[in-house]
Amino acid sequence: MKLHIGRQDDSANTLLRDDPKFASQKIAFFQYSAIAVFLFLITGFWDLQIRNPEMYQERALENSVKSIPVLAPRGKILDRDGRVIVDNHSSFSLYLSRENLKAEHLRPIAEGLNLDYESLVARVHRFQSRGAPQYEPIPIKEELTPGELAFVDSHKDASTFPELEVVRVQHRLYPRDGLAAHVIGYVGEISEAELDSPELARFHQGDIIGKDGIERQYNDQLMGVDGQKRVEVDSFGNERHVLDDKEAVSGKNLQLTIDLDLQAVAELTMENRRGAVVALDPRTGEVLAMVSRPAFDPNLFAGRIRSKDWKVLLDNPDHPLLNRAVQAQQAPGSTFKPIMALAGLESGVIDDSFHISCPGGATFYGRFFKCWGRHGTVGLHEGLVHSCDTFFYNVGNRLGIDRIAQYANMVGYGHKTGIDLPHEAEGLVPSSAWKIRNFRERWYPSETISVAIGQGATTVTPLQMAFAIGGMSIGGMWFQPHLVKDAVHLLPARRAEVNLENIAKVVSGMYGVVNEGGTGVRAHLPGVAVCGKTGTAQLASNTLLKGTAYGASHKDNAWFVGFAPCESPEIVVAALFENGEHGQLAAPIVRDVLKAYFDKKARLAQPQPQIARIPTGFLQPPPPLPATTAAVNP
Amino acid sequence: MPAHRSLRDFDWLMLILVCAICALGVLQIYSATRDTHFTEAWWKQGIWILAGFIALWIGTLIDYHTLLGQAYVFYGLAAATLAATFAIGMTAFGSRRWIGTSSYHIQVSEFVKLVIVLLVARYLSELKGDQLELRDLLKLAGLVGLPMALVMIQPDLGTALTYLPILGVGVFLAGFRWQYAAAIVVIVAVIAPISYWLVLKDYQRQRVVSFLDPSQDPKGSGYQVIQSKIAVGAGALWGRGVTKGTQTQGRFLPVSEKDFIFSAFAEEHGFVGVIVALGLYFLLLMQIVQNAQTASDKAGMYVCMGVAALLLFHVLVNVGMVVGRMPVTGIPLPLMSSGGSNIVAMFLMLGLVNNVRLRRFVN
Repeated sequence: MKLHIGRQDDSANTLLRDDPKFASQKIAFFQYSAIAVFLFLITGFWDLQIRNPEMYQERALENSVKSIPVLAPRGKILDRDGRVIVDNHSSFSLYLSRENLKAEHLRPIAEGLNLDYESLVARVHRFQSRGAPQYEPIPIKEELTPGELAFVDSHKDASTFPELEVVRVQHRLYPRDGLAAHVIGYVGEISEAELDSPELARFHQGDIIGKDGIERQYNDQLMGVDGQKRVEVDSFGNERHVLDDKEAVSGKNLQLTIDLDLQAVAELTMENRRGAVVALDPRTGEVLAMVSRPAFDPNLFAGRIRSKDWKVLLDNPDHPLLNRAVQAQQAPGSTFKPIMALAGLESGVIDDSFHISCPGGATFYGRFFKCWGRHGTVGLHEGLVHSCDTFFYNVGNRLGIDRIAQYANMVGYGHKTGIDLPHEAEGLVPSSAWKIRNFRERWYPSETISVAIGQGATTVTPLQMAFAIGGMSIGGMWFQPHLVKDAVHLLPARRAEVNLENIAKVVSGMYGVVNEGGTGVRAHLPGVAVCGKTGTAQLASNTLLKGTAYGASHKDNAWFVGFAPCESPEIVVAALFENGEHGQLAAPIVRDVLKAYFDKKARLAQPQPQIARIPTGFLQPPPPLPATTAAVNP
Repeated sequence: MPAHRSLRDFDWLMLILVCAICALGVLQIYSATRDTHFTEAWWKQGIWILAGFIALWIGTLIDYHTLLGQAYVFYGLAAATLAATFAIGMTAFGSRRWIGTSSYHIQVSEFVKLVIVLLVARYLSELKGDQLELRDLLKLAGLVGLPMALVMIQPDLGTALTYLPILGVGVFLAGFRWQYAAAIVVIVAVIAPISYWLVLKDYQRQRVVSFLDPSQDPKGSGYQVIQSKIAVGAGALWGRGVTKGTQTQGRFLPVSEKDFIFSAFAEEHGFVGVIVALGLYFLLLMQIVQNAQTASDKAGMYVCMGVAALLLFHVLVNVGMVVGRMPVTGIPLPLMSSGGSNIVAMFLMLGLVNNVRLRRFVN
């Protein structure tokens, strides 16, 4: 202090002490500058807070509010006994929340999660182009692995990829081996084309809907209602609080008429074969089993992004995706003969006394039609038992095409059965009117001859065959086939005025096929009166093509349709074994399914073994057994 | 202390303004750190403010002429400490600015501001003549330049730059030929682009780039500016309410209790709050300038104007950054931002201003 004052005194610096106001103008200048600075700052706030605060409020909202989908699990699909066929399993899916989606983030996200960048961009673009509401996030990956979850967790903060959002979802789980695959169908993400169709327009992009089978037919019932959760997040992507939470409503379970035991047996019988098996309860129309082979694994479709195996399935020449049970339209061959027999009896063109002689064929309208054997003198019963073509040529010739068509239509051929599955085929029953309509040509009587043995233009589906024969077997009542155990489907049967005695004659013939040394002896089942009929439908003229490469892939289709018990049928089974060469080879398929049905019935009918009750009132209740010991006893 | 320097002469208005600003700061620190690991920041800030009042008292007590007399001693000490910081200082966030341990440390460069104020006041008040000669200017610039360089290599460009307005305003007040000023402008215009490429570090260059175009760098300092602007804009006229700002509460705002505290404040208190807070700062600034005008000598005037220049610069750069009108330099908002060294240094300087005020009547 002394130093300082001393120096000032020594220097006698008058300016220092005497003229502090020398800079007052400059200080005023500073003040004006300060005012300018503050105005400059205030205009900055004015710009942001007064002129367009809405824009920034919206962006603050985009920052902090995230919509998280709450996906409703689909209903389970159960068999007739309540056993689960289709279940769900919990997994994690990755969504891009659109509130804070940045285009430049897509590449690193794609790289981090092993996604194809191009298709990710295309996917995001598709979702955005549809103008869906901002809050609907875009699903981009399913079934996240722990590694992928870790990647998401470490990158979802505000300054990296805030759009990442992991959602726990219920993923469809189908039987692994393709069991009942065609009946169940599969789910998938709704496609662009589907969104454009009026009946699916109510769905949103990204929705998982049933694409085929029961999943498609009963989609509205199985599909729940998705919820929506809006949360406020911080810059690290952590939830701060929930803004609103609409809970998901899960879909309803669906109980099928399918019996898993029967279905499993039917699947096994068709192992390594091409074709279909349909088992119906003719008394109700319930489908007990429905198999189409080759099958596919619906799990390959269950995701949003289908695996590459999907392409392989599409390109497979055997068409595994085709549900042959309702879509294969094939000539019924000799399985058509019971219907011919009924038509002949009902229309009166034949009776019990009607007999012909079979020397291995017959000539009609100047052309020789071959029989597959020489059967000598043949009446209705022998004609069915030995499947004599010559006999039915004659029946057909007497009936004429339009009466054949009339009875074929009566049993259900040529129409959809109305089963609750998509894409059912209707088959074909030729008639003179049909020919004029389609070929502008009259029907030639010679054409009737091959129709009489189930060849020519006639085609049926396996379901139609089981339906037709089953309805006939119970006296001319056709209950609509259905797959869902539901009172709504118990529609009154379509009845036809048929003489039951005539039916008895046909049934008796069909009994002979199996039990009297006929063509279907391989369907014989001890203790059960099985009736049936074989069918061998030609795809190509055997004499010309047998032995050639073409002939090998166009071997005759083998059919068998059978029902049991003979007098009061409970089950009817139709089997189509494509390129099986002879109907006899399809018979064991039907036999095995029938056996499974009656074995199970017998097992259930057995009285429960009586177990002696030990008075245990003096004992303490034992602790529950651990799970491992409980399973020891098979 | 002589009898005429009574409590009545104390700058009560300044004290009230300071208390009001500090209260807003503590409230905002509380709100911004509520959900974080720094929840204790608000009462720590309170303790620093109490420490600040003691510092203010000390700054008032010792005659500023005494302090000015030791200005070169302080200067030497400051330069030495800065050098020591560089050698043995604590590194955090990629910069060596602190002396001490991770829990107890001081940021030396904050206190150097005070030394620069004293240095400039002493140097300029001793000059004779109406105008500053170029030789004197260069000498003074060199004196200020040394600590600036030492701070810059920490690296802490923001704090280093805060020394410039003290020098600038001092030189302006001392009187300076406009030709010299023009020459300096030309030189700066030439040197600036060169130093942009040669002197600035990558992250600093990035900041310049992202100031000019924030969308260029949405994740770095550009991200900070964007988030800050969103926060400010979302506040609108009345603000979203204390602890209700999603930008602040969700930690979208970077360092919302320090450099970006005014952004958080603007979000939660709106334009009305901003006007009030900026009004308080303006009044405080005017009060300091008024003390400069009534100072009994040139030295006192220079001290007050140095502090005023520093405060104005801080407000301009920090608040300007918050609304995207200034680049991100990472300097705190005096009296509001959380941080001990800054608070205590600022209070010491306010103490100096009060010091000048109390000694305005020449006896």
